[in-house]
Amino acid sequence: MADGIYLDNNATTMVAPEVVEAMLPFFTEQFGNPSSLHQFGDKVGRALKKARKQVQALLGAEHDSEIIFTSCGTESDSTAILSALKAQPERKEIITTVVEHPAVLTLCEQLEKDGYIVHYLKVDKRGRLDIQEYYDLLSDQVAIVSVMWANNESGTLFPVEEMAEMARSAGVMFHTDAVQAVGKLPIDLKETGIDMLSLSGHKLHAPKGIGVLYLRRGVRFRPLLRGGHQERGRRAGTENATSIVGLGKACEMASEAMEFEKSFVRAMRDRLEQGILSQVSHCFVTGDPNNRLPNTCNIAFEYIEGEAILLLLNKMGIAASSGSACTSGSLEPSHVMRAMDIPFTAAHGSVRFSLSRYNTMEEIERVIEAVPPIVEQLRQLSPYWADGGPVEEPEKAFAPKYA
Amino acid sequence: MWDYSEKVKEHFFAPRNAGAVDGANAVGDVGSLSCGDALRLTLKVDPESETILDAGFQTFGCGSAIASSSALTEIIKGMNIDAALQVSNQDIADYLDGLPPEKMHCSVMGREALQAAVANYRGEEWVDDHEEGALICKCFAVDAVMIEETIRANDLSTVEEVTNYTKAGGGCSACHEGIEEILMKVMDERGETFDPTAVAGEIKKPTSGLTNLQRMKRIEELLEEIRPNLQRDHGDVELVEVDGKYIYVKMIGACAGCQMASTTLGGIQQHLAEGLGEFIQVLPAEELARRAAMGA
Repeated sequence: MADGIYLDNNATTMVAPEVVEAMLPFFTEQFGNPSSLHQFGDKVGRALKKARKQVQALLGAEHDSEIIFTSCGTESDSTAILSALKAQPERKEIITTVVEHPAVLTLCEQLEKDGYIVHYLKVDKRGRLDIQEYYDLLSDQVAIVSVMWANNESGTLFPVEEMAEMARSAGVMFHTDAVQAVGKLPIDLKETGIDMLSLSGHKLHAPKGIGVLYLRRGVRFRPLLRGGHQERGRRAGTENATSIVGLGKACEMASEAMEFEKSFVRAMRDRLEQGILSQVSHCFVTGDPNNRLPNTCNIAFEYIEGEAILLLLNKMGIAASSGSACTSGSLEPSHVMRAMDIPFTAAHGSVRFSLSRYNTMEEIERVIEAVPPIVEQLRQLSPYWADGGPVEEPEKAFAPKYA
Repeated sequence: MWDYSEKVKEHFFAPRNAGAVDGANAVGDVGSLSCGDALRLTLKVDPESETILDAGFQTFGCGSAIASSSALTEIIKGMNIDAALQVSNQDIADYLDGLPPEKMHCSVMGREALQAAVANYRGEEWVDDHEEGALICKCFAVDAVMIEETIRANDLSTVEEVTNYTKAGGGCSACHEGIEEILMKVMDERGETFDPTAVAGEIKKPTSGLTNLQRMKRIEELLEEIRPNLQRDHGDVELVEVDGKYIYVKMIGACAGCQMASTTLGGIQQHLAEGLGEFIQVLPAEELARRAAMGA
């Protein structure tokens, strides 16, 4: 990347040049409708078949018909959860976690208004679930469990394979939102008890506007969109052929790059983290450092605020994101940081650096150089900070009236 | 992601009066519940003239919180404290060439810090008179508390009424679901049920209150009023039939077959509707024949 250093790959990723190249013909000469019988449609139909195989291979699905193309991760999540409710009208409960993505949380809040009972699993200070709490909630009243594979903010991994087995033993459907995990971790769905899985193309170097719902063969299903016979009637609407081809290519590339993600991307992440922590006082890694995505590092800088950090980073061409209230668009501080009980003065200053295989060690060194002066500059403005350190008993020394 | 003005960016990247003032004799510590930002304002006030000699800020907050703090100190330096108390949050926002609606509370925090600091100087206890809730309407920056209180105080029961009283929901309409939820809650408290099909206030019944004969005469009069316009273009209009809200006319002279006929009919319709004070439709006489043929 010529301009700037992009460390916000959990938000979205650059479309890989090879993916763009694979897609281009499908904007022009390969414009046919894959449902058409003639040669224009047939060629596109074959391309979709190939893409489906490529996605199947990355996910380790047993059959290619288990792959349903959708428009995004959110659509996949909604389809999975609403399908489970519709297919099992006698079951009125849902199990999920407090740290899910809004794609699941907001839907669950709405379902509560419609009369469903939603159980939100809590996390500890390291963002880990209490598996006993989960086990105790499983019953024949539960229509579906929806638990993310990897957290988008902290990168913390949940033991979804183990949880899926437990759900299966209890006769409960299991869905995982794996948009952050796919492409970064090896996944072999046929060896798991996972019934449904959501993935999003733009998180793994495919374009925006394409997603997948993995649906295990035999799992009872009710479509969200009914209409034509596309995706075997499970997701009607003319296929986004160009993007599907792009996603297929991206999945193939992700399989090939898996070792690189696990080794080199992880090494860059670790270097970044160590480089910052060794230079900046009063900051710490959030989530579970021993069990997280290889590309994600979330650091809470105490006594300063995330948006201010991002604006100064941005001025230096460095892109990251924050769990601070002011960067959420809704002014709500990150529900993930709050759930982990991160102190207010630190949660506000949490910054997420998320890497990709397109980053370089040289970029990482530049970020390590840039961060300490920025933190220092903002701490100079902070009422919690004086003379190179936090004031004594910061929460008492500065206790503003909140209004 | 925020659309910050150049002035906001300038005050964020190069804040004025950052840090605590030496020898300060007024301190105001306030925070904003809606986003968690907080601000300490320190002032050095001349006890004789009560002029603010120096002002400094320390802010734990985002870009616009820092910019608002910086702007506040610039505005009030050199002011008498009574004059400074007249500075509103809108003044701070204006000084910065505006703030995004979601960030207006940063300017509110600035004004409150000033009030708190002056209270501190005078040895008084500052009491906040303002409660802020979740932002519902982003077009007009109206929060949940404001909407709820307005509904309660005025016994409102429709989204339209809420819009009339608070402006909330008068823009993009995306917050109507949120407003309905507040309505449901408040109406439930007073033992009523929210009815989404209810209409605000009384709708005026679209009748002119005239007898049939009076109405015919009135229509003739109204046509007379516009006849000169048509005759100027060598055309004319003739009233053929009045059937409830349908008024059939025949275009004659140059108006007959004119390409502009339908536009002319539209103009006549508007004039008649306004003059009669009711909804009517003006149709060409040919339409009468067609409808008769169809038995309609």
